[in-house]
Amino acid sequence: MSKLKALTHRKLFLPIVSMILVMLINVIYDTATGSAPFSFFYITVKNGVLYGRLIDVLNRGSEIAILAIGMTIVVSASAGTDISVGSVMALYSAVCCVTLAGFGVTNTSTYARPLIVGILLGILVCVLCGAINGFFVAYLNIQPMVATLILWSAGRAIGLLLCNSQYVYIRVPSFRVIGGYIGFLPTPILVVAICITVMTLFLKFTALGTYVQSVGINKKAARIAGFNSARIIFLAYVICGLCAGLAGMVATSRIYSADTNNIGLNMELDAILSVALGGNSLAGGKFSLAGSLIGAYTIQAITTTMYALGVDPAQAPVFKAVVVLIIVVIQAQPVKDFFAARAARKAVKEAA
Amino acid sequence: MEDNVILTMRGICMTFPGVKALDHVDFTLRKGEIMALMGENGAGKSTLIKCLTGVNKYEAGEIHLEGIKGAIVNKDTLDAQKKGISTVYQEVNLCPNLSVAENLFIGREPMTKFHTVDRRAMNKRAEELMKSLNLPVDVRRKLEDYSIALQEMVAIARAVDMDSKVLILDEPTSSLDDQEVEKLFTMMRALKKKGVGIIFVTHFLEQVYEVCDSITVLRNGRLVGSYPVAELPRVRLVAAMLGKDFDDLAAIKTDSTEDKSKAPVYLEAKGLSHTGTIKPFDLTIHKGEVIGLTGLLGSGRSEMARVIYGADRASTGSISINGKPSKIKAPIDSMMLGMGMLPDDRKVEGIIGDLSVRENICLAIQAKAGIFKKIPMQKQIEIADKYIKLLEIKTASRETLVKQLSGGNQQKVILARWLATNCDFLILDEPTRGIDIGTKTEIQKLVIQLAKEGKSLIFISSEIEEMLRTCNRMVVLRDGAKVGEIEGRDMNQMSVMDAIAGGAEK
Repeated sequence: MSKLKALTHRKLFLPIVSMILVMLINVIYDTATGSAPFSFFYITVKNGVLYGRLIDVLNRGSEIAILAIGMTIVVSASAGTDISVGSVMALYSAVCCVTLAGFGVTNTSTYARPLIVGILLGILVCVLCGAINGFFVAYLNIQPMVATLILWSAGRAIGLLLCNSQYVYIRVPSFRVIGGYIGFLPTPILVVAICITVMTLFLKFTALGTYVQSVGINKKAARIAGFNSARIIFLAYVICGLCAGLAGMVATSRIYSADTNNIGLNMELDAILSVALGGNSLAGGKFSLAGSLIGAYTIQAITTTMYALGVDPAQAPVFKAVVVLIIVVIQAQPVKDFFAARAARKAVKEAA
Repeated sequence: MEDNVILTMRGICMTFPGVKALDHVDFTLRKGEIMALMGENGAGKSTLIKCLTGVNKYEAGEIHLEGIKGAIVNKDTLDAQKKGISTVYQEVNLCPNLSVAENLFIGREPMTKFHTVDRRAMNKRAEELMKSLNLPVDVRRKLEDYSIALQEMVAIARAVDMDSKVLILDEPTSSLDDQEVEKLFTMMRALKKKGVGIIFVTHFLEQVYEVCDSITVLRNGRLVGSYPVAELPRVRLVAAMLGKDFDDLAAIKTDSTEDKSKAPVYLEAKGLSHTGTIKPFDLTIHKGEVIGLTGLLGSGRSEMARVIYGADRASTGSISINGKPSKIKAPIDSMMLGMGMLPDDRKVEGIIGDLSVRENICLAIQAKAGIFKKIPMQKQIEIADKYIKLLEIKTASRETLVKQLSGGNQQKVILARWLATNCDFLILDEPTRGIDIGTKTEIQKLVIQLAKEGKSLIFISSEIEEMLRTCNRMVVLRDGAKVGEIEGRDMNQMSVMDAIAGGAEK
């Protein structure tokens, strides 16, 4: 009993329960429709690559997961959200593809410049976007929502301007590797793994975590204790910009084109939701990267489940909303308090 | 005489969890009287006013207001306003983006028969009001176009127009300059002639003697007394505010009065200032010296420390440390030069509540090491354990969140944070406020011990006795400026109070 109690008090308990809940929907559905109950977890090799719903969640969830890493840091340090990330992803796609295809070209099968130049330039622009956001929030003290609203609006528009509002196709096999497969493994999974590893190592071997959390919890006290609070917040937005760039890189390569209108559309909301579902307070301070990642994959699992269940894509958002509603409610403090109080009453009754 | 009484409060009692905030306080205000309500922080001034205006519910006592039979009970500030008690706070809480006239009549606008605001009538009445108070204001312009002083006066005019019998001014002058204060006083005198009773809360002694008729002094939630201004010279006012009920700490009387002026100079500040909080001052601190900054609240004692440390960036002046000119733009700069500061508000600027005791203790050394040199966990644990033991910090474990500790123990955690940096110069701003007597003694002992080790300290406290015990030299501040220094043998209760009060003039 006490062990169970200790388990339920773990910080990641509810996020994990939420994820299991989503998987359970799959199991129930599969059982009900007569397929194997655990087909959600089956991983097979088809056409030489890994295949299965679980793999699909991990693969398709890559962009959200990468964004969630950056968003976690931003939320923690500045108690605000960066709503420009989706738009910045689109900007990456435009910058990268226009660089590689050449300005004005909408369809190419040869690189105008080396691939690496396109990618680095795209990511550089995204880091710059992060720096702009960071400057507004950290040094001009503009509310994060308003500050990032500027690039939320402008990022995608500048991208469209670069592409002349047209798709820019890069039909070169090497361009598709990042969004495709290396051997039998979907590359996006690898990209996420690298991002997580780098970030984890950063948090482990530098004091970034302490800096960000201190500033997020009490900016004034952190300053008196010798932290440059403004610089930390600035840095958080730069990291978030970098993550948006990496997410854009995966998304662009997946469709080997600059679809500036659609890449990263509404993805900022998924990223913010990931952070919240991971049990992190949007008021800043303490954060759990693992929680955010679980949140990210939970969101993708919901989406994938909708497709598997054959829900009409037009209606999918409604179902998604219902699932999110349930998850958010079970994590809400009053609900937690209610169950805690009930458990306490029960314990008293048993003792009597 | 008794007919003139406009407001009486009798035996008001009020308890906050664990604290008796008001203990049988009596208060009387007459028609056309300007009454200063004085007392240090926590004396109960604001609580008393909040009881009067209905913000706080008092537990015992009665309030009587002229013209109303029986004791009155105000449900809230609006209720109090209707009965004729208006309050103007330190920050103007009007709408800066509305016109002066709109601000004057918010919530009680004159209406036309079509139930729209009758602007013409409103502006006309506003103009009349401004004229009667002799205020040079165009009532059609936005409030934010005018200086804070005028805004303050518009707020007062609004209160006056609502037929107030009692006007409460809660530190209205703290953001005003001398000329603006003078304008405010003229207005207060005009209201006085009209028979309004004014309660004036301020920390500035000069102003009390300039404009007030009588003074009510509170200390630790108790009434010290009410006096006509003429009968309470400054020194006695300061004594009444600070109290003479000294704590039982006389045991640690040391050689602290020993002359350290021969010791090498550690820090020299020249013409240092921060606009709006502290006027330019010079200060020399020797090695192993404890300097006390003394003065009433708002005198600039914390502000002087903050500008030295870089918590507020200096507007003018220079600092040299160990003879070398130094640039201090932010706390980290002064930390690298070997400084540390324990700020007076530990909740706001001290602790990082959601971090553990260990993380809080290691915060400053981590900041000095930089983001890329994380203090290894093993070392963090060692440091934390060392100081938990040394300062006897009472915590369940080193991983307990610091916000769960008691105030005194939180203070010790912040002390540990600076001791861990092994700094040469430590600023302690009210280190003993709100903590128990045992911990107070320990902190004072620690200060003396650190000075013996050759470290320099600035010690700020509202308790003069405490400073007399620990400091070698005292710097006296009044109204945001350094007004003098008291050294060694000249330091005693009387000389310090004299200096705080600004000379023994009547």
